Amino acid sequence: MPDHRIHEHPILPAPEQAGVPFSWLGQPFLARHGETIASALFANGVRTFGHHPKDGAPQGIFCANGQCAQCSVVADGLPVKSCMVVVGPGMNVQPLDGLPVLPDVQRQPTTHAIETVDVECLIIGGGPAGLTAAIELGKAGVRALIVDDKRRLGGKLVLQTHKFFGSIEACHAGTRGIDIATRLEQEARQFENIRIWLNSTVLSVFSDRRVGVLRDNQQYVIVRPDILLVTAGAREKSLVFPGNTLPGVYGAGAFQTLVNRDLVRPAERLFVIGGGNVGLIAGYHALQAGIGVVGLCEALPECGGYKVHKDKLVRMGVPVYTSHTILRAEGKDEVEAVTIAQIDKKWRPIPGTEKRFECDTVLIAVGLDPVDEFLHKASEFGLPAVAAGDSEEIAEASAAMFTGRIRGLEIAKRLGRDVGEVPPEWHRTAQILKSRPGMTMTEDLPETQAGVFPVFHCAQEIPCNPCTSICPNHSIRIEGDEVLGLPEFVGNECDGCEKCVAICPGLAITLLDFRKDAAQPTVVIPYEFSAKRIKKGDTVTVLDCEGVVLGNVEVTRVRAPREADRALLVRVTAPADIAPRISGIRVQEPWQAERAERFEQSIGDDEIVCRCERVTAKELRALIRSGIRDMNHLKAVTRCGMGACGGKTCPNLIKRIFREEGIPADQVADLTRRPLFMEVPLGAFAGVVAGEALVQDVPRRHATDAHEGGL
Amino acid sequence: MSAQVFDAIVIGAGSVGLPTALFLAEAGVSTLVIDQFAGPGQGSNKAAIGGIRATHSAPAKIRLCLESLRIFSTWEKSHGDGIEWFQGGYLFVAYREQEERSLQELLKIQQSYGLNIRWLDRDEIVALVPDINREELRGGTYSPEDGSASPIMSAAAFYRRAVELGVQFRFGERVTGIIRRKNGVVGVRTDKGGYATQTVINAAGAWARPLAQSVGLDTPVVPDSHEAGITEPVARFFDPMLVDLRPTEGARNYYFYQHKPGGIVFCITPDPPIVGTDRRETSVYLPMIANRMVGLMPKLANIKVRRTWRGLYPMTPDGAPVLGWSKTVEGYVHAEGMCGQGYMLGPGVGALLSRMVRGADSAEDKQILEELRPTREFGGDEALK
Repeated sequence: MPDHRIHEHPILPAPEQAGVPFSWLGQPFLARHGETIASALFANGVRTFGHHPKDGAPQGIFCANGQCAQCSVVADGLPVKSCMVVVGPGMNVQPLDGLPVLPDVQRQPTTHAIETVDVECLIIGGGPAGLTAAIELGKAGVRALIVDDKRRLGGKLVLQTHKFFGSIEACHAGTRGIDIATRLEQEARQFENIRIWLNSTVLSVFSDRRVGVLRDNQQYVIVRPDILLVTAGAREKSLVFPGNTLPGVYGAGAFQTLVNRDLVRPAERLFVIGGGNVGLIAGYHALQAGIGVVGLCEALPECGGYKVHKDKLVRMGVPVYTSHTILRAEGKDEVEAVTIAQIDKKWRPIPGTEKRFECDTVLIAVGLDPVDEFLHKASEFGLPAVAAGDSEEIAEASAAMFTGRIRGLEIAKRLGRDVGEVPPEWHRTAQILKSRPGMTMTEDLPETQAGVFPVFHCAQEIPCNPCTSICPNHSIRIEGDEVLGLPEFVGNECDGCEKCVAICPGLAITLLDFRKDAAQPTVVIPYEFSAKRIKKGDTVTVLDCEGVVLGNVEVTRVRAPREADRALLVRVTAPADIAPRISGIRVQEPWQAERAERFEQSIGDDEIVCRCERVTAKELRALIRSGIRDMNHLKAVTRCGMGACGGKTCPNLIKRIFREEGIPADQVADLTRRPLFMEVPLGAFAGVVAGEALVQDVPRRHATDAHEGGL
Repeated sequence: MSAQVFDAIVIGAGSVGLPTALFLAEAGVSTLVIDQFAGPGQGSNKAAIGGIRATHSAPAKIRLCLESLRIFSTWEKSHGDGIEWFQGGYLFVAYREQEERSLQELLKIQQSYGLNIRWLDRDEIVALVPDINREELRGGTYSPEDGSASPIMSAAAFYRRAVELGVQFRFGERVTGIIRRKNGVVGVRTDKGGYATQTVINAAGAWARPLAQSVGLDTPVVPDSHEAGITEPVARFFDPMLVDLRPTEGARNYYFYQHKPGGIVFCITPDPPIVGTDRRETSVYLPMIANRMVGLMPKLANIKVRRTWRGLYPMTPDGAPVLGWSKTVEGYVHAEGMCGQGYMLGPGVGALLSRMVRGADSAEDKQILEELRPTREFGGDEALK
């Protein structure tokens, strides 16, 4: 039986063995306790979960977040989203091919009145911004409620195995995202006035200023807040290209959920589209999980993410193709290959530059959009509301943590608590943490060939300074004591303690030591992979920041100090001429691209724009060319935006087609936004208690035709 | 610059305005349609749930809807574009003596007009809708020739056909007044300009009254709002529109059906009515209707609700539309007060108005126009609004 689980991870604890039996198409499989159906299927090598009713296209995971319905399966007779439902012992799981059959129920379910809950502040989303806001509200004695749709608090922090940027004081810099989540959760849980509902989703903000919440994935509750704080994060942008809906094409967020939350290895060979921080980090997480990263492409001439994130990938052997775009994903039922090509200044693929790679997964990481619909609805309905984190402005989690704090304090003040003013420097820090990465400077490599000192492979201004805080001799400084700036080694005092190497979130500091042998100095390199992969005496290939191979050198020591927090510090001995440039150890051999067989236009008419309703670019273009400017009109004709995701994915893609057709945005009427945020069983609104509407047995498939034509 | 001249101007590109323009153009009448929204059907059309029945109790509505049914049911065949027409019938169910009695009484009237409607006993209903709650079910009226179609797809199809026939459309343009000379219509003024015509048809639905008032006509149309919703699509498991007339706190009847693509579309009638043009969603609606739907059909507890919305019913005091030439303003045509049935009445109304405007109305048309005349006493009450 195929095993697609991660049994060993450098950062994450080894999970329990799978021991929950369930079946897929009658085949016996095992799931881990508490595992979702989607992850359990992936772990057992299944990634096609059904076929679309419209055209029979294979369906698989897309959002892994309960937002769409691409991953729907039939579990014990009931059509469910496999990414949201946990495997139960003996569960009979079947693919959803075409329309589901609504199962019969055993008895008339009992309905109950819907409970109403009053709170001062309702926080939508317990991620970095929501939690820090809750902590401030907790201190101020405000009665607040955090509603979060996941099983644990922390939002996307719980998927981040890497160390965070920023400053130690403002946002736990140098600590791993997963651990920041735990700290913030513990702090927020100390306050009795902060209530927390997990596995709970806000469904709608209503015009009567009440908020509908599905609590614990089953109970519908109406919440009446005095003020709303939207910290619901962001959603990933999508992309249109041939093959974009094949199972195996999905978002980086879904990937991180499978890999870092559920320790499933969903891929063997991965290609990443998009060189922002999300794509770069996802690639790195893949490497940590033992997944080969075939490459990463970015349409811009330079990656938009932090250079240190890119460098990490490059010096581990991942090729990064800038000024490249995806042409297509190929495969019969699932992804088998991807083709990319270089693009010119007008974003057109250049014939002859196509590169084709065999891969089983294509990650889309082309940017984020704020989840801000509740904020807009609340504003429209006169319910006081503010946002923080990505819901307010897309930025790093470090910034989200800080703006959350500010909003928390502001809300407490607005609710009449005596909390004083928000310190002015907080706003400044928030601004700094939101900074986009600056220009890339040349690396400042030392010329000295004596003594011991750190080397900073950090040539781009980003808001980050834990190295300056940790140095016991205060020998690391950023010009002007700013967070945003490039660190440098000042003075002569270095004990060689390696603490800066250990804490640097970008793994961008090495320690160079000429003291024993000036011709063969030692270099200490941070390494965040399994300890089993490297040991004293090994010969390793070392690379510079740009991924250029510098040579093969010998490992003379491997240690795992506590301050490195699960990272290893690997010491190698290297010739003096290359030692300063060494910044990483290659972990995968370079992948070879094949020549693509033929060139195809990047935008084809048959590409799917609305994946829920399988609407093609061709259908939309024809209507737009006929003069239609109202997206609701397009929806009426094609059903685009009417599917299970609630129009969260395709509106931006449709707007892009309008742009391509040369129609200015102000001439296009936007899709009307309607409740609900997520599909919910009707019984929940009738107060049916879970388990009351029990499914009788797995139904036979109806012969649909026998019902057509009336009586 | 002189204004563009049209034979007729229709105000409102909705359930009524679109077919009206289409049939006018089919008869060679040069027509302009003006609508305040960005596209066709963006007022109350897109909020309609799509039920189409001829089984009313007022003769005029029966006749209009019979014509609508003919148009809807043959549209795809004659014009090519799908509008999701499905002949599933209507089933009004009775669980209490009072509903049984009133439905039986109504049945006599409906049958007297030659409608295909009959009484089903409990077992016949169960055979037709196996998943219905059988407890205390007494029977109901069933009209198999009624059906449903997609309002938004119909609007898009009517629009497409109208454009094909040369109808001009101005979207995102608001009519600010009707220009008269010697008490006859000579044109229409909008926020973007003006157009000349001697025939203006007010098909502005919930927004019709202020327009009528601007020429001194006060058609008693008061909009109220209803909320509707739709579920995920599932394999077909019942055919007819189910209507349950039992009142509960906050609502009168409610109804739902499985539309052609498989979703359950549902709607409830608030009591007392929520008067006004507020189309924003409320927290009251879902619990109210969910409870009753699960009560009527328990397996619906497990179907997932996808979307909800609110739409407007332009109501008249007697529950019947106001249709025909104005007696006081020459060239003004009432196509107002559809009472939430604009979608099912629309094609019938449009076809009739096209004949009327051209002076080609039949004897039957004249009877309909007499019954729905704007100057009638609004005292009666349609049994099934």
